[in-house]
Amino acid sequence: MTTPMPESALPILVTVLLLFGALATVAAGLVRRRLAWPIAFTTLVLVLADALVLLATVVRGGPVRHTLGGWAAPIGIEFVVDALGAFVVVVIAAVAVAVGVYAREAVRRENPDQEVAFHGMLLTMLLGLTGMVLTGDLFNLYVFYEISSLAGYALLAVGDRKAPVAAFRYLILGTTGASFYLLGVGFLYLLTGSLNMADVARLMPGLVGNPALPVALALMIVGVGLKMAMFPLHGWQPDAYTYASSTTTALIAPIMTKVSAFVLLRLIFFVFGVDLVTRLLPAGWIIAWLSAAGIVVTSVMAIAQRDVKRMLAYSSVAQLGYIGLGIGLANPWALTGAVLHILNHATMKCCLFLVTGSVALHARRTSVAQYAGLGRAMPWTFASFTLAALAMVGLPPTNGFFSKWYLLLGTLRAESFGLAAIVVASSLLTAVYFFRLLERIYTAPATGADLPRGDASLTLLAPTIVLGVAVLALGLGNAWIVTQVLQPSLPGATRLPGM
Amino acid sequence: MSVDPSVETSVRPLLAILASLLAVPLIVASDRRPNLRETWSLLAAFVKAAIVLSMLPAVLAGQTLVCPLWQLSPGVALELRVDTLGLVFAMVSSTLWVLTSFYSIGYVRGAGEKKQTRYFASFALSLSATIGIAFSANLLTFLVFFEMLTVATYPLVLHKETAEARRGARMYLAYTLPAGLALLLAVAITWSLTGTLEFVPGGFVSTAHGSPELLTALFVLFLIGVGVKAGIMPVHAWLPAAMVAPTPVSALLHAVAVVKAGVFGVLRVTGFVFGPGLLSELGLDTALAWAAGATVLLASLLALAQDNLKRRLAYSTVGHLSYIVLGAALLNVWSWTGAILHLVFHATMKITLFFCAGAIYVRTHKEKVSELAGIGRQMPITMAAFAVGSLGLAGVPGVNGFVSKWNLLSGTALGGEHLLLGVLALSGVLNAAYFFPIVHTAFFKRSDAFPSYGEASPLMLVPLVITALASLVLGVAPDLGVHAWALALRTASLVTGGPLP
Repeated sequence: MTTPMPESALPILVTVLLLFGALATVAAGLVRRRLAWPIAFTTLVLVLADALVLLATVVRGGPVRHTLGGWAAPIGIEFVVDALGAFVVVVIAAVAVAVGVYAREAVRRENPDQEVAFHGMLLTMLLGLTGMVLTGDLFNLYVFYEISSLAGYALLAVGDRKAPVAAFRYLILGTTGASFYLLGVGFLYLLTGSLNMADVARLMPGLVGNPALPVALALMIVGVGLKMAMFPLHGWQPDAYTYASSTTTALIAPIMTKVSAFVLLRLIFFVFGVDLVTRLLPAGWIIAWLSAAGIVVTSVMAIAQRDVKRMLAYSSVAQLGYIGLGIGLANPWALTGAVLHILNHATMKCCLFLVTGSVALHARRTSVAQYAGLGRAMPWTFASFTLAALAMVGLPPTNGFFSKWYLLLGTLRAESFGLAAIVVASSLLTAVYFFRLLERIYTAPATGADLPRGDASLTLLAPTIVLGVAVLALGLGNAWIVTQVLQPSLPGATRLPGM
Repeated sequence: MSVDPSVETSVRPLLAILASLLAVPLIVASDRRPNLRETWSLLAAFVKAAIVLSMLPAVLAGQTLVCPLWQLSPGVALELRVDTLGLVFAMVSSTLWVLTSFYSIGYVRGAGEKKQTRYFASFALSLSATIGIAFSANLLTFLVFFEMLTVATYPLVLHKETAEARRGARMYLAYTLPAGLALLLAVAITWSLTGTLEFVPGGFVSTAHGSPELLTALFVLFLIGVGVKAGIMPVHAWLPAAMVAPTPVSALLHAVAVVKAGVFGVLRVTGFVFGPGLLSELGLDTALAWAAGATVLLASLLALAQDNLKRRLAYSTVGHLSYIVLGAALLNVWSWTGAILHLVFHATMKITLFFCAGAIYVRTHKEKVSELAGIGRQMPITMAAFAVGSLGLAGVPGVNGFVSKWNLLSGTALGGEHLLLGVLALSGVLNAAYFFPIVHTAFFKRSDAFPSYGEASPLMLVPLVITALASLVLGVAPDLGVHAWALALRTASLVTGGPLP
């Protein structure tokens, strides 16, 4: 690289804001409980603003870095942000703000005793997740990985009676995953003597043929794949999502697995290099086919579920499969679909989980059967739900359709008709469980006595409506995001022609 | 891009779509005030029809109106274009929507339907999607509106919310969703092979783009994609099942908008994606023609066996849609002219018949053919209109059905398909066999079931009289009004490369 990458304080500001926001939330909350939410929410809004400025800067002027403590890389730690990274941070912050609005009332009603700690943990988890995206250092990534996981265990343990058990299971698996990743980093460090991603990437060509390299790659993929709930490493996820409180699920489901997917993408395309991963080692194809298998298996599992939240949890694993598939295929169209789906799935799944939360709080209903007749009782809530559901099925002009469109073009580009057929067929499976639910919501007579008359309160409702509209807007405007934000920051070999 | 004087940028195609799209929130907001709500429907219908018709002079003068919007996917724009074929389809759908809106009001109030707001909102959305299909400039835009139509019409099929309605609606989705995915796959493959999705008269796919096997498979995918809505056998079964919907839905959507969107898709795919040259090179034209011919015969036979009036009409629709597919498949000027004319003329005739069926249902709650003996005495005007539609569909001269069928027959003869000529002739006889007995017993049998004279309300009666009269007038002067004849001829010669006769 000829010109040095410009320094910017914007990336580290995200971390600083979240860190001090978390501390301030807890400190103020100890004085007065009601102060916790306003501080936490203000922090989230500031983070979103910072992330948007960062994205604008990066899209206009190219990648920026921040050298921590003034220690130059590769010795010191640096944050490196390109448009892709900034984009993912914006997605995280935007979803967090949407959930933040919802959280005020939901947390007070669902777990009033843990209100202060909950908001603090929420910010801590976001600190870890944004850090994973921003950092340019492999070991630092591990640190952020663990921060987000530890906060995640705490958050997931708050919920139903069964939540602690589910969280404990996730703790065991998550720690294992983190260890795998760390082992992989260790291998790379032994091979290269560096932990800086750019530095390792630079040294990579000299390592081709070294038998330790595939081991390092495999360890890291498994480590990240576990957190990503990549099939077949997804066992922890349905229970954890189902039993957690609605706020946690609505935040973790759209974001956490996506960040891991982004890290996977980073490792494959920026550290190991797409050539190595697709041509010298069959890792790309393994990821693609495992994802495809995951899409089918977990979609069928979703059909079999009776609890709406659990159904959505399985559907999340399936949708992650789309992202995994795109990363595995590693061609321009597929990768575009995968990255776009990080955003698209975040909006629709967040919307769906927020609706299940509102319904649980407002109408005290959780199962598919109990959703009967709610369409009339809570019209706006279910209007958003319907939009998000159509996006999940992939019907145009919602954003879900366009993820599928790019992925399909990607499978065709790879000349894999088998994978193309799976992408198409999986839409049908998704249609089965969503239309079954929609039919019940809108046409079956309501069950139970305490049917609500009207939607939940505005703070619970507004985020779902905003996300529902976003599902449409992001669909119609997807090409702008693809050409302006995503394409410029994809590795050269994986860009679309003419970009 | 070179500046083509015959291409003009216009916002009108977009406005035509928005007219009914913007009515949707207004309809929903007027949930508690039915009269205001219906005003929005009527207003949207009139505005939409006016906008669509306003484009007729320009298109007749040889212009193409385009409205490029924004990129949907890098390299493919959301783009609207009004050409002769698109305009024909849009004019039929939008003008008939005006009549159907009046009729709908009479019907849902007369029959005491529930959830009328959802009904009118879905109806308006369906019409937006239909006009979008008509004006799509490329395959991706087409796909977007095509799927929108599926979603918008699903609540209409489900409308009655009975077990039967749920079954019909599920069946509808079970057919249309996989079809949509087949179409998606086909569009994606087309893009991968050719790098363009723009409709071009005469087609843009050629043997240079792939092996004959691949292109054949692609064509089959396309056909599954659009053929389900077009009711080509063996993927037609959703249509009779969808007859559980309220009759105005069956009338406009399942005789005009949805099913015609399917055959319109067949016309686009055969004429504007593959083109006559490639299709005959691959031998796909004959295969499609025979599939259509078989559908024509089988559907007519099945129609004979139906006692439920609407189901009989549905099977008749299946048969007549395949007239159009047959015309598209034969790839000559006459067959294409006939196909496009039948797209228009079948609409006026079949909607008349459905309107009659609905009027009978609202007035007497009778749905079966066997219960209609003597009804001509109670509802003479309705049954006279029914007779007009029946005669037209059987191809009797004087009604517009004869004109389109004549062209189709000429095209078939020109194509040298003498056996198919026989199929068409036989189908005319079968049409007569399943329609005329209804008319005969209605007027010439006495029955105690219908003691007193009584037509349905004018809201229902006037529209069906208008469509019946339109069928008669167009039978004598097929180019009158919307110039369907001129537009059909021009499209046909553009696509087939044949000289203007």
